[in-house]
Amino acid sequence: MPSATSARRYTVAGKRAAAKISPPPAWADAIFDVLKEADIEQVGYVPDAGHTRLIDLCLADNAIRAILLTTEEEGVALLLGAWAGGQRGCLLMQSSGVGNCINMLSLAQECRYPFLMLVTMRGDWGEFNPWQVPMGQSTQTALESAGVIVQNVDDAKDVAETVHAAAALAFGSYRPVAVLIGQRIIGFKDWRKK
Amino acid sequence: MARTKNIVLERRAVVARILAGRGDALVVTGLGSTTWDTAAAGDTTKNLYLWGGMGAAAMCGLGLALAQPGRRVLVVTGDGEMLMGLGSLASIAVQKPANLAVCVIDNERYGETGMQRTATSFGVDLPGMARAAGFAETAMVRTEKQLAAIAPRLFAAAGPLFVAIKVTANPVPMVLPPRDGPWILRRFRHDLLGPRAAD
Repeated sequence: MPSATSARRYTVAGKRAAAKISPPPAWADAIFDVLKEADIEQVGYVPDAGHTRLIDLCLADNAIRAILLTTEEEGVALLLGAWAGGQRGCLLMQSSGVGNCINMLSLAQECRYPFLMLVTMRGDWGEFNPWQVPMGQSTQTALESAGVIVQNVDDAKDVAETVHAAAALAFGSYRPVAVLIGQRIIGFKDWRKK
Repeated sequence: MARTKNIVLERRAVVARILAGRGDALVVTGLGSTTWDTAAAGDTTKNLYLWGGMGAAAMCGLGLALAQPGRRVLVVTGDGEMLMGLGSLASIAVQKPANLAVCVIDNERYGETGMQRTATSFGVDLPGMARAAGFAETAMVRTEKQLAAIAPRLFAAAGPLFVAIKVTANPVPMVLPPRDGPWILRRFRHDLLGPRAAD
């Protein structure tokens, strides 16, 4: 298990200036260390505020290809191709993106390839925007109905361990596994700032 | 708008012609007719057949092309399947994989569901969309001569390439490849990766 406070390497080795990398949370850095330890080489993403730091770290790493997607379902197909070609991947998204993936997740269930999803939650804890609530509240049920193993984390200190275990399960058992990172960890959006 | 006139090429002959020059290229097929076309041209462990996940083929090809930069990757899919994954044209164009080509066998029909018209039959221009997204080379093929010119480029030109080939909607015999997903995928991995496939 990597430490959330271990020294950052990307500032020296990265493709981009450290100044362009958004500030921590430490849990995002800890996830990045877990992805490196798990030999993840392709990271598909649709941006979410909660994943800002992790996306920046992936973009800055020379051994990871961070792949911008137009919709989350593209990532399910991308990672089938990646694993067919011998690379491990993971997919970063917001909970609303889970709904975009449902039919495509049949690939992961039918073909039995390791598929790791890291989902930052909206519509979950202290949500202000009512339009986020329907998908946020059905995220776990939707994933489970599509055959994805779901693991929740709601405390920042547990994030790295949970992602580490989820990666071990996904790549060890060749199955789709999603980690739902609770909105309590991310912090809810302060609408007064606008 | 009327359906495109003067379509002369036949899908099975087109796919067989293209794949005859594949060498050791890896091929991903889109669900439905292009999976059958590719099987009809000869089953091989270098084919990754998709039987589901409509809209997946091009992105599956991207993941494979990025994982195997030293190998040529060809996606063979249909117009309906490509239309369901149009966003992948943008995603592929951003990554610019030099070893990836996408070939759409365009009969302007949803072939597995009753031959209903697709958007391409109303004039929607898939190569034009790929060109606008930023693909390195795009082409619309309507004739034997154009096919002969583009076929070798699918396996040699700097990608990403996008080629749509207009074919008739004439019926063809069903030719089914293996359909068990885990078997198709593991057979493909074993051929490509050797013992590492068991990791």
